[in-house]
Amino acid sequence: MPAPLLTLTDVRKSFGGVRALAGVDLELHRGSITALLGENGAGKSTLVKILSGVHQPDAGTIHLDGAPARMPTPVTARDLGIGVVHQECLVFDHLSVAENLFINAHPARRGLVDWRTLQARASTVLRELGADFGPGTQVAALGIAQKHVVQVARALVNESRLLILDEPTASLSRRECAELFRIARQLRDRGCALLFITHRFEEIFELADRYAVFRDGASVGAGALAQASREELIRLMVGRPVEQLFPKQDSTPGEALLEVERLGRAGEFADVSFTLRRGEILGIYGLVGAGRSELAQVLFGTERPDAGRVRAQGDIALVPEDRQGQGSILPFSIAANIALPNLAALAPRGWIRAREENELARHWMQKLSIKAQEPAQPVHSLSGGNQQKVVLAKWLARKPGVLILDEPTKGIDVGAKAAVHAVTSEFAAAGHGVILISSELPEVIAMSDRVLVMRRGRLRGEFTRAAATSEALLRAASDA
Amino acid sequence: MTIAPYRRWSESARRDLNLALLTLALFVAVAARFPVFASPRNVAGLLDDTALLIMLALGQMLVILVRGIDLSMAANLALCGMLAALFNRAYPAAGVAPVLALTLVAGGLLGAFNGVLVWKLRLPPIVVTLGTLSIYRGAIYLLSRGAWVNENEMSRDFVGFTRAPFAGLSTLTWIALLCAVAAMFAMRHARIARNLYAAGGNPEAAAYSGIDPGRMQFIAYVVAGAIAGLAGYLWVSRFAVAYTDIALGFELQVIAACLIGGVVIAGGAGSALGVLLGCLFLGIIRNSLPLVGISAFWQMFINGVVIVVAVLLSARQRRHARSILEAR
Repeated sequence: MPAPLLTLTDVRKSFGGVRALAGVDLELHRGSITALLGENGAGKSTLVKILSGVHQPDAGTIHLDGAPARMPTPVTARDLGIGVVHQECLVFDHLSVAENLFINAHPARRGLVDWRTLQARASTVLRELGADFGPGTQVAALGIAQKHVVQVARALVNESRLLILDEPTASLSRRECAELFRIARQLRDRGCALLFITHRFEEIFELADRYAVFRDGASVGAGALAQASREELIRLMVGRPVEQLFPKQDSTPGEALLEVERLGRAGEFADVSFTLRRGEILGIYGLVGAGRSELAQVLFGTERPDAGRVRAQGDIALVPEDRQGQGSILPFSIAANIALPNLAALAPRGWIRAREENELARHWMQKLSIKAQEPAQPVHSLSGGNQQKVVLAKWLARKPGVLILDEPTKGIDVGAKAAVHAVTSEFAAAGHGVILISSELPEVIAMSDRVLVMRRGRLRGEFTRAAATSEALLRAASDA
Repeated sequence: MTIAPYRRWSESARRDLNLALLTLALFVAVAARFPVFASPRNVAGLLDDTALLIMLALGQMLVILVRGIDLSMAANLALCGMLAALFNRAYPAAGVAPVLALTLVAGGLLGAFNGVLVWKLRLPPIVVTLGTLSIYRGAIYLLSRGAWVNENEMSRDFVGFTRAPFAGLSTLTWIALLCAVAAMFAMRHARIARNLYAAGGNPEAAAYSGIDPGRMQFIAYVVAGAIAGLAGYLWVSRFAVAYTDIALGFELQVIAACLIGGVVIAGGAGSALGVLLGCLFLGIIRNSLPLVGISAFWQMFINGVVIVVAVLLSARQRRHARSILEAR
């Protein structure tokens, strides 16, 4: 086999205390499509950001064409011939297709944009790709699939040697996928190296030649797809020892606390029905984009459902997935954050008494072993795990009937994880209901009395504690 | 990236302390050169000059806290001032109490109009209040037909109210100081204030905690409007004249005082003490320029330099906190 176009050796990257990449190796070859697999949080997105010059690796080497390469900015990455088709479709809606293709690289003569050359080159590239729209089209008028084509065309204009497709198919129809795959093969046959990220196994076997698997920020396997089976890939993705971190307390589910009937919201999820009982932890497993967080928001009430109904005993609290963006007010102190949803109780006549506020904070800091000096410490000065504990505390202090946890331990350290699990389990055992949304299989399996699996907005399976194995859940969650 | 070291003194408390020292140093520096500047009479005059700025800046602070801005404050002031003057001309015997109530309510309603547009129609605050600035100024013209209301058309208690001295300071000064103290206490201990800070600091997280950020914006506009309305009467009473162009452009000084006082233009942070100090700082500069012999034409220029420097300093302090957010 010829020397690879791109070689990564022992690349590492941490954010604060959170390790995103713990040493990955990767080889990408010219004229070959490599599928990158891994659970949510395995480090795929961080890798994409490093290759595209958004983040810098903390350690490790990157060789491009045999020479060491550095991508300090996205512009250098582009100039080195690395193109990215982003999942979120990073295009400029208000500009034309041609302008999008040449963004920050407009052909110019004497400092003025050379519109004629720009139009001509854009037309050529679009024709090569077999696009069904012209260079003058306003990008806002295009569909998602067409916007992906714009991003591919942008890579072509930049003469990319390496094209990264970051979950491009997540929101495409079957036919649009086939069209994108045709273009991908066309680029491969021209000698381009492609890195293809997806959760769908059928697509991997349909399109890719090689595979690489990440788990917990490290590479755990790579090779030619012809010699790999679906089962083997799944085992590589999840195959870790189930840590004995989950002190689940036994509880006998009681009366129904939450009854959900044929709940739906257009474009997000449909026909979701289940019952949550007192004392029960109900796991909801699924891949990113399966509609789990959207379901949580409808149950919590930040979004309205289009169909179905929810009957709940007592109130519902939600610990959202994005703890910094949605869970906490970062500049606020620990005490103020915990007090925020509890102000009606703390300040019945509109005035907050600092002593009661601090007492409440101290109580929860001790109970959840939040590592901080005092309740007045601002939340942004805490580590991720302790921030999450604060978010958990503010809702536990309300004693809600139903507590929804959306990825409660994402990116936090082992000790904080154990604390979150312990308090969750205790909360359920005390006669409340918990819905645990998680992409982490061991967590879902160890914590839940029952597991529901969502895929593309629908419930695809229900597993008792005994029947919920990694393989069974992953199979139901992906299109395997 | 490292986690920010935790200091016992919060960032805003340290900023307030720095500004207090700076303001004091400025005062001492001017007084050392010109002892008359520190005379009780001059200090009382300085406070009287700054009182309206303080009241308006406290209202503006609430709006900026919730990620808004109120460009219509001075126009609201002028309109309510004219209303007060016309009311007094029509009912000179009615006294001051109904005038106070009238301006508070009228100002609150004008503020509520801003608030509804921002909350319910989700229009950008700067555009809404740029529009209402013009509407409110225009309304004065329509109301007064362009005519002035002069001192001889105003009743004695109407004009005298703000000037009546008490313990060496004017009533106007006392009202402003009372507002400042009340704001300092409320911003710290009131539930509603906490909700304002939360809605401005992170609207999404606030919404998840059961706070409607839009409603918080509405409330901030109503309070700011009511303050502007009341300040309208006080202004007209103090200067004993009402016409279309009073306080023209004053909103910019008000916003400047907020920024110097450490209110973060992006919302979520700011203190009443900081705003009070920012106003005093501007007031000292404004009052000392003639004494120092610098032409009043320089005042605008100097105000501008002070704002840019203040924002620069606070941006440097915030960079660290922001880098945590952006690391992901």
